[in-house]
Amino acid sequence: MNRVISVIVNNKAGVLNRITALFLRKGFNIQNLTVGVTDTPGLSRITIVMNDTDASALEQVIKQLYKQIDVLKVTDLTDQPMVARELALIRVNSPVAQRSVITTIIEPFRASIIDVGRDSITIQAVGRTEKIDALIALLRPYGIKELARTGLTALARDVATVTEARRVSENNVISI
Amino acid sequence: MRVISEEKNASSEWQAPMLTGSEILVEALRKEQVEVIFGYPGGAVLPLYDALYDCGIRHVLARHEQGAIHAAEGYARVTGKPGVVIATSGPGATNLVTGLADAMLDSLPIVAITGQVARSVIGSDAFQETSIIGISTPITKHNYQVQHASELPAVLKEAFHIANTGRKGPVLVDIPKDVAGEKALFIYEDAPQLPGYQPTVVPHAMQIRKVLGLLEAAKRPVILAGAGVLHAGASGELRQFAERFGIPVVHTLLGLGGFPADHPLFLGMGGMHGSKAANTALYETDLLLNFGARFDDRLTGNLKHFAPAATVVHVDIDPAEIGKNVPTDVPVVGDVKEALTMLLATQMAAPDIASWRQQLLDIKAQTPFWFVQEGSLVKPQRLISEIARLTNGQSTIVTDVGQHQMWAAQFYPFTEPNHWVTSGGLGTMGFGLPAAIGAQIAEPTRQVVAIVGDAGFQMTLQELAVVAELALPLKIVVVNNGALGMVRQWQELFYQERYSSSLLQWQPDFLKLAAAYDIPAVQIREDGELTAKLDAFLAASGPGLLECLVAPMENVYPMIAPGDGLHQMVGVKP
Ligand SMILES: Cc1ncc(C[n+]2csc(CCOP(=O)(O)OP(=O)(O)O)c2C)c(N)n1
Ligand SMILES: [Mg+2]
Repeated sequence: MNRVISVIVNNKAGVLNRITALFLRKGFNIQNLTVGVTDTPGLSRITIVMNDTDASALEQVIKQLYKQIDVLKVTDLTDQPMVARELALIRVNSPVAQRSVITTIIEPFRASIIDVGRDSITIQAVGRTEKIDALIALLRPYGIKELARTGLTALARDVATVTEARRVSENNVISI
Repeated sequence: MRVISEEKNASSEWQAPMLTGSEILVEALRKEQVEVIFGYPGGAVLPLYDALYDCGIRHVLARHEQGAIHAAEGYARVTGKPGVVIATSGPGATNLVTGLADAMLDSLPIVAITGQVARSVIGSDAFQETSIIGISTPITKHNYQVQHASELPAVLKEAFHIANTGRKGPVLVDIPKDVAGEKALFIYEDAPQLPGYQPTVVPHAMQIRKVLGLLEAAKRPVILAGAGVLHAGASGELRQFAERFGIPVVHTLLGLGGFPADHPLFLGMGGMHGSKAANTALYETDLLLNFGARFDDRLTGNLKHFAPAATVVHVDIDPAEIGKNVPTDVPVVGDVKEALTMLLATQMAAPDIASWRQQLLDIKAQTPFWFVQEGSLVKPQRLISEIARLTNGQSTIVTDVGQHQMWAAQFYPFTEPNHWVTSGGLGTMGFGLPAAIGAQIAEPTRQVVAIVGDAGFQMTLQELAVVAELALPLKIVVVNNGALGMVRQWQELFYQERYSSSLLQWQPDFLKLAAAYDIPAVQIREDGELTAKLDAFLAASGPGLLECLVAPMENVYPMIAPGDGLHQMVGVKP
């Protein structure tokens, strides 16, 4: 199953390389990985999505990550209530005649048009991976010229705001 | 020789001294009480070597950086202290790679200092530039590239701390040439600031209680003792624990010496070339107590058949080892010595396991390691047995990798800890001679015997120069079977005797080779002359090399073929 792991690391040169080298060395798959600073100076958050990872492999990943001197905290968000999002930029063929159709398609996704050219427009979409996948599928018939996706980044939810029912019903990944 | 005052005088304004990067290195080595450095100079470390020139710390010039790092490993293995090695940038650094990987797998504390090109030209493919940080990341416990001399004191403090605590291992510090000349304040903290590195030393009391609960009910318990026992200095506690509860003990290859081989509860080494008693115990046990072993595949054989009926307890300072290969019922994260001390605090009576113990001791008595003495050639097993007899099992034995290594493990009865130096995890040919040099330098008055194969010896024999130069009383035994013996054995058993590139068609004259290095040498050609010549060889003072021609087609038995389980041993004494 897919796993989402959040890793807090010292923001030092070479740390990302250490983490990816570890995954390579141990034969763990990374589906996507995002890095960014946290609110604490000197610390960064790396969010890693791993595919096809069973419980024992996951345990190894977490233990191996903790062995890294620059890793301070590892959290497996998979089975926790979490908010997880990715951002996609999609450039679609869009002769003037089709623009209104495309606008209608993207509207329910709360995506927005952030650049308009002569023959194409660029759409920005934010959401869960499945939502982005669905939007891309709908836009494909119009001709996608270029696509950039950030991959998932995630945070644990403030548990107080989550009810048990929602946790179960939404398969542990909660979206708004 | 410069000495920097350490007095912090509270009344007058004490000021930390301003030192160059090179001087900071020397001062840090002093603070860490480093007594010897193994290394090889070159362009990027010229400033460091200039500071070493008259600093008073001993430097041993190896003849190849691989020799330097294996010597540091040998030193670390017998002393428990970090081995320190220095190499220049580029080729000097890459020549350390095998040793770093070896130390990583066998958990040996090494601090490797490498020179690097100046900061301003890093990334420009400057002369002798290589990214040793990139290369060494997967084979070091941690590594650093120092960006400014002011970082150096903290980096060196951390490097020594990380190398020699928790699960020990190699740490590399890469120092650009201009950093070595840059000045900074030398302030050496007592404790490093490492929030991300806090090894658990004292195990959880509840886990210890669980272990005792299991032990109370166990019918067929066995102790598997790995090198963690040696790293923790826990031989005494291990022995008390085994005796107190009457539990038989199996060693891993690297653990040998942690428990006395002549002890009635000792079953021998387990695994691929282990004893029948040890492997039977591991196969039939209902409570496997693993102290500091990492369940390497050469020990476990096919995991499906490893301790199939056992509840598994695993004590390890590295939590990542627990459950990695063998599902574990009771994980105990912590230092083996602490764990054993806590276990020994119980008042619990020993479980009644007399019949299990007797069963294993009977197997031990009936099926010792064995060989057939036939013909006039020396059997390699007899060579080792004679070395053991003539040294009373008291020498430090250092081996290379191959058949001779397995025979040494089988036939030398190690009765004390830290008298056994061998490359286990990486299986590095060429390890033996330089590691023996390091062990001999660490313990100048101990008898050290290097047992090496005719092939592996040729991988690092340039280090004979160090033996000769320092007149080390090291005894080098070249076990000459005219072959890459272990490879030849596998080809015989699994590749229809197609000896592809495993028979040495041409050999140097080992006696002349020794003569070139001014090392006295002797050759044994037949069994009849073995004892007398070996005795004289071992008794002589100073360096010596013995070439022993042995039966070329001899194989290491017993054996568990790859893919087979512990109960599928072949070649057990009939
Ligand atoms: C650096 C390296 N290369 C190759 C091997 C594979 N290997 C394992 S044992 C062995 C043969 C060793 O021959 P020798 O040193 O003569 O020892 P013997 O087995 O004959 O006792 C080889 C080639 C290795 N372990 N290390
Ligand atoms: Mg050989």
